[in-house]
Amino acid sequence: MIPLSKPKKGASGKTGMWRTEKPVLDKERCTNCLLCWVFCPESAIYRTEDKVEIDYEYCKGCGVCANECARGAIKMEEE
Amino acid sequence: MLGREEIERKKIKEEGTTVIETGNHAVSLAAKFARADVVAAYPITPQTQIVEEIAKFVENGEMNAKFIRVESEHSAMAACIGASATGARAFTATSSQGLLLMHEMLFAAGGYRLPIVMANVNRSLFPPWNILVEHSDSLAQRDTGWIQFYCASNQEVFDTTIQAFKIAEEVNLPAMVNLEGFIMSHTHMPIELPMQDAVDRFLPRREHLWKLDVDNPGTFGSMSNPEYYVLMRKGIEDAMKEARTKILDVNTEFEREFGRKYEPIECYKCEDAETVIFAMGTIGKESKRAVDELRNEGVKAGVARIRLFRPFPEESIKSIAEGKKIIIFDRDCSFGKGGVLSTEIRSVLDKPASSYVVGIGGLDVPYTTIKKCVERANGQKDEWITEVHP
Amino acid sequence: MMYEIRFHGRGGQGAVTAAALLCRAGFLAGKKGVQAFPLFGAERRGAPVKAFARIDDEEIVLASQIYEPDYVFVFEEWLIEYAIEGLKKDGWMIINTKKKPEDFDLDCKIATTDATGIALSNNLKVAGFPVINSSILGAFPKVCEEIKLEHITQAIKNYWPGDIGKNNAHACEQAFNATEVKE
Ligand code: SF4
Ligand code: SF4
Repeated sequence: MIPLSKPKKGASGKTGMWRTEKPVLDKERCTNCLLCWVFCPESAIYRTEDKVEIDYEYCKGCGVCANECARGAIKMEEE
Repeated sequence: MLGREEIERKKIKEEGTTVIETGNHAVSLAAKFARADVVAAYPITPQTQIVEEIAKFVENGEMNAKFIRVESEHSAMAACIGASATGARAFTATSSQGLLLMHEMLFAAGGYRLPIVMANVNRSLFPPWNILVEHSDSLAQRDTGWIQFYCASNQEVFDTTIQAFKIAEEVNLPAMVNLEGFIMSHTHMPIELPMQDAVDRFLPRREHLWKLDVDNPGTFGSMSNPEYYVLMRKGIEDAMKEARTKILDVNTEFEREFGRKYEPIECYKCEDAETVIFAMGTIGKESKRAVDELRNEGVKAGVARIRLFRPFPEESIKSIAEGKKIIIFDRDCSFGKGGVLSTEIRSVLDKPASSYVVGIGGLDVPYTTIKKCVERANGQKDEWITEVHP
Repeated sequence: MMYEIRFHGRGGQGAVTAAALLCRAGFLAGKKGVQAFPLFGAERRGAPVKAFARIDDEEIVLASQIYEPDYVFVFEEWLIEYAIEGLKKDGWMIINTKKKPEDFDLDCKIATTDATGIALSNNLKVAGFPVINSSILGAFPKVCEEIKLEHITQAIKNYWPGDIGKNNAHACEQAFNATEVKE
């Protein structure tokens, strides 16, 4: 075994468990600019045909996306 | 009637100076009680709290020392060397990669014969990153001319650090006190603190035999011919030999003053044992429980926890091992040879011994695992334990 | 007799401090061997964390993790499935919950107390999160005869001098009174 890791989902386990607040996306406001997609440290935001989506299995609730979204399309809500 | 020391001890007890603190805190407190003059250190997990705490002591005036902030561990040791060379009592602390970065300067400290004291929080080495306990970092510094202790409780860390200053200053060698990352550095345990004046009595200021002094100029470590070089290198080896007896003397004196003592090897039920476990650090302590359980099952076991690794207590090891089956636990590995402790112990034995490499990268080593290893040891092959419950 | 205690919480709730406080309470109760340590992983707010405490009459020689605890503390109900692992047959589970012990179907003895509610009513919060360590410890004297409430409240007051200590000790007492047990 050599110390080389490949990117993959959930390298730290199901980080969704860590959440005490969750990001909620308002698709009406979202312009699909992908800023949140770039900044999410868990890669828990993914692109779809339409707008971005949040994978709650792995979203750890850090709030980075809500902070970065210039449109205010993501709000953090209590779990 | 009680003697002065006994009254003092009674007073300590009565004043309730037992604190419950982490191993890291034990180190910071010991540096304070030892009145280190200069502390130069760089933070690294899991040692960081030591540096933070000492910086706090210096900042709030509890400790009358110069705290030097440095940009690396290499510089930390360089600063300690400079300070110690002028006669100051110098202290630092590090761990893992930090210790590796210091490597070159460790030889310098040993070669200059400076009584610097350092706490090293044992941690695994990169890559891949791992911040948990392993003895490989300090064992890789085996040949640097540093005295090396390995502790197993926070009280022992505190006491050994105080002792280390005295030993180092008596034989003019630097001394390293090892405590295990997280298992000790972040574990809360009781520590009985002495009175400051008792420590001052035990550890008086000493005039250095030689030091950098502007009124009496000299150069440390300039170019040397083989004829002189060989004598200076032999001096290090002779000092290590001298340290063997000095360590015992200092321990006796320590016991008189503080009521606790630490042999170079801590033996538990070794005398009538048929099988003796050799280990360092908390594995040596945890083995006591394995020994008790094995004895309940009719296996006459004992454990010898090696506290002093340099100078290596080979005579004691020989006499403890005499006539017994030997099992050695290493929390380290010299790749291509196996456990470092095993290699060293086998070098003084005239019989085969079983060797286990355990607890690598902080893998937990419960007494049940130690017990299992003892049960299946056959003295022949070396084995790596790669699971918590094999 | 050695007590082995395991704490299950998430980063930020104070599980590690709870272990440190409980071992100090053990020391105040006259126990010579006490020890507390976290499970050393990455320290991340919100991530599940474990902490351990051992309390004994003699000096403790063990340094390994606790696999068969006598007591487990559960800071949030969803951690029960982790906490039950290895818990001794006659072991106690102390759960932070609004529910009663009867509401749980578990193969162990159960104590419950609403530590979160009590922490919030005493305004014990750090960065917006309720810190429930001092409250949940209040349940311990109800299930362990050798450690008394005053040992725990004293340990809390020693750990946090001044008003913070007093508030936490008060929350601890309230939780003690609110604890319900089922053998
Ligand atoms: S940053 Fe905001 S607007 Fe941009 S994609 Fe994300 S949610 Fe939509
Ligand atoms: S809260 Fe954090 S982890 Fe979750 S989607 Fe937003 S940036 Fe990603």
